Amino acid sequence: MTLGWQLYVFIIVICSFIAHFLFLRWSSKFRTDEKLGEGNTTGHRWDGDLQEYNNPLPRWWLNLFQLTVVFGIGYLVLYPGSGIYDGLLNWSQTQQYDQQVAIEEAGYDAIFAAYVDQDFAALQQDPKAMTAGLNLFGNYCAQCHGSDARGAVGFPNLTDNDWLWGGEQQQIITTISNGRNGVMPGWGAVLGGEPGVTAVAHYVRSLSGLEHDAELAGTGEAQYGLFCSACHGPTGSGNSLLGAPNLSDDIWLYGANLESLKQTIELGRNNLMPAFSDSLSEDKIKVLMAYIKQLSSNQP
Amino acid sequence: MSQPASYHDKVVRQFTVMTMVWGVVGMLVGVVLAAQLAFPALNFDIPWLTYSRLRPLHTSAVIFAFGGCGLFATSYYVVQRTCHVPLFMPRLAAFTFWGWQLVVLAVAITYPLGITQAKEYAEPEWPIDILITLVWVSYAVVFFGTIMQRRVKHIYVANWFFGAYILTVAVLHIVNNLVIPVSLWKSYPIYSGAVDAMVQWWYGHNAVGFFLTAGFLGMMYYFIPKQAQRPIYSYRLSVVHFWSLIAIYMWAGPHHLHYQAIPDWVQSLGMVFSLILLAPSWGGMINGIMTLSGAWEKIRTDPIIRFMIVSLSFYGMSTFEGPMMSIKTVNSLSHFTDWTIGHVHSGALGWVAFITMACVYHLYPRLLGLQEMYSRRLIEWHFWISTIGIVLYIAAMWIAGVTQGLMWRAVNDDGTLTYTFIESLKVTYPFYYVRLLGGLMFLAGTLLMTWNMYKTWQQSQGPVQTPVLEPQSA
Repeated sequence: MTLGWQLYVFIIVICSFIAHFLFLRWSSKFRTDEKLGEGNTTGHRWDGDLQEYNNPLPRWWLNLFQLTVVFGIGYLVLYPGSGIYDGLLNWSQTQQYDQQVAIEEAGYDAIFAAYVDQDFAALQQDPKAMTAGLNLFGNYCAQCHGSDARGAVGFPNLTDNDWLWGGEQQQIITTISNGRNGVMPGWGAVLGGEPGVTAVAHYVRSLSGLEHDAELAGTGEAQYGLFCSACHGPTGSGNSLLGAPNLSDDIWLYGANLESLKQTIELGRNNLMPAFSDSLSEDKIKVLMAYIKQLSSNQP
Repeated sequence: MSQPASYHDKVVRQFTVMTMVWGVVGMLVGVVLAAQLAFPALNFDIPWLTYSRLRPLHTSAVIFAFGGCGLFATSYYVVQRTCHVPLFMPRLAAFTFWGWQLVVLAVAITYPLGITQAKEYAEPEWPIDILITLVWVSYAVVFFGTIMQRRVKHIYVANWFFGAYILTVAVLHIVNNLVIPVSLWKSYPIYSGAVDAMVQWWYGHNAVGFFLTAGFLGMMYYFIPKQAQRPIYSYRLSVVHFWSLIAIYMWAGPHHLHYQAIPDWVQSLGMVFSLILLAPSWGGMINGIMTLSGAWEKIRTDPIIRFMIVSLSFYGMSTFEGPMMSIKTVNSLSHFTDWTIGHVHSGALGWVAFITMACVYHLYPRLLGLQEMYSRRLIEWHFWISTIGIVLYIAAMWIAGVTQGLMWRAVNDDGTLTYTFIESLKVTYPFYYVRLLGGLMFLAGTLLMTWNMYKTWQQSQGPVQTPVLEPQSA
């Protein structure tokens, strides 16, 4: 804010408090000793029978009013409240936030620092570490992957030991830290529209042994070889370097029914896993990785 | 006056009837929303039935359609009688009726279609905003024109509050809706980012302050002394609390944006003036309750008085709760929880709806030349069903809100959050069922009232002309 605006705010605040003060003084001048009360109305009369007494202001009410004004002045002396003046306490909400975070982290950092040097097997055996992992997962991951980590349409299931971007420890850490951006381009135009798309969809279904039209799948096979195998591999086994899913298993991010497959092939898919390196420390990410990895450790 | 004139009550009658129609509609939508929160499948996967589109429809329908029609009806009724003249420019008054209905209809169509400015309580897109402005300016002309023609020197206190509400809502509406249209149903605000947020909550909070408080205090100041047949308790209290209320309310908006991306000093000022607002708000409650205090025996015999005293109690309660929730420490617990919803409904159902219903019970039979409503028993039933409904509603939301706030901030020994969001949602479910029950009961009470009004109308000889009363000097 420019100085002019700061002064503007400052003057309005001060004037408004002075006005309140004068107003309250004026209103508390009325006392009961004036001729008031029952039977003494202001003398005005409306709509036949509408009249007004002129009772004094209740004392407790005036006191309450004054008390809040005094509190207000005190608060604005201590805290920022009028543009130009920062308050005696020099308080700001960013400062309050930073202080709170510092206090909290001083206590918690030690807990997580102890996990950094432990290897994966030891972390998995440590119930405290796994509880911390569960809590981290609930706070940061469950919104998309579900509180049971089984995912949803478009959000991978983390309990099945099938990994789009690789299931090694370092690969999972990279996924959490830097995020992932999985892009499947749309092939509708290249494949010559609906007939081409349908043929490829049937071929893709055949890769994992799903029910399909053999004749259409045959037509689709050539197209698959030309356009799809570069990422998904000649046998449809996928490529974790590109995040290209395995098409020969029974795990489907967007469903395996013909309609959904055709939509995927025609329009493509865009999948984003956000990066967490800014919000989670390295040791927390390690604990999280250990937790996530053990979710599928008993899966083949 | 060359001929014995009568009050222009046709427009009052129209607005009174539409108050009830929109009341039933708005509350029904509210019940549907409460049911959707408890049973999410109830949106049937139909886009225009989803929570996101119906929620603004509910708030706009109850605030601006139910509350708004109630305010139009009572202000037109009161201003003629307390100025001892018929309405100024009755044709323009008729325009405000049809114009306002058109606004409500346009809102009821565009919101479910997803056409919205995405500003809370100011969702209508710009063509509707222009119509609102036209209606509102006409309203001001009719109201203040009538005041100018008054045949008594002093302006009655109810009219101060109605006048403040009409003027301020005009300013709020215009400033908050300054937008650049890009197509018939899409526009962008001229403000950006934090400034837009501050303008929005300056509007939003003063919509509460001037629409839902000042306007309904105007009703209170006429209908409570009328029904109790007692003079207003204190003229000077009304002067002091009127001026302090309208001066201080203007500052309170930023408490909706505590700990967010607006300057620290704006938040402090918002909090301080929200606290100072406590006494001015209570001034109205004191004046109302003390006016009724000479007529305590009527609480037992007159259900309308009972509506009034309960509405004042809820008014006092929510205007105490509001300043408390504006304290940053409290707000950091209550913000984004269902506590806020509970607070709003203790004001909206307890104060706004109850005082409106009391006023309609008072004026409706008089518009039809009757002494009272068709059935007093039905009013009694309405009172008890709705009161219990409100209590269930707000108690459920209080407990749910505080529970959510505490769960969201609970931290484990290792510094991670104890509960995931979904866990806090899970414990909220029982309270959502109770809230649904409370809302259903309130709606049931409103339906009883509508039935009672229908029977009253059947019983009457139709609308009557009420001659303008000659002013008397006391």
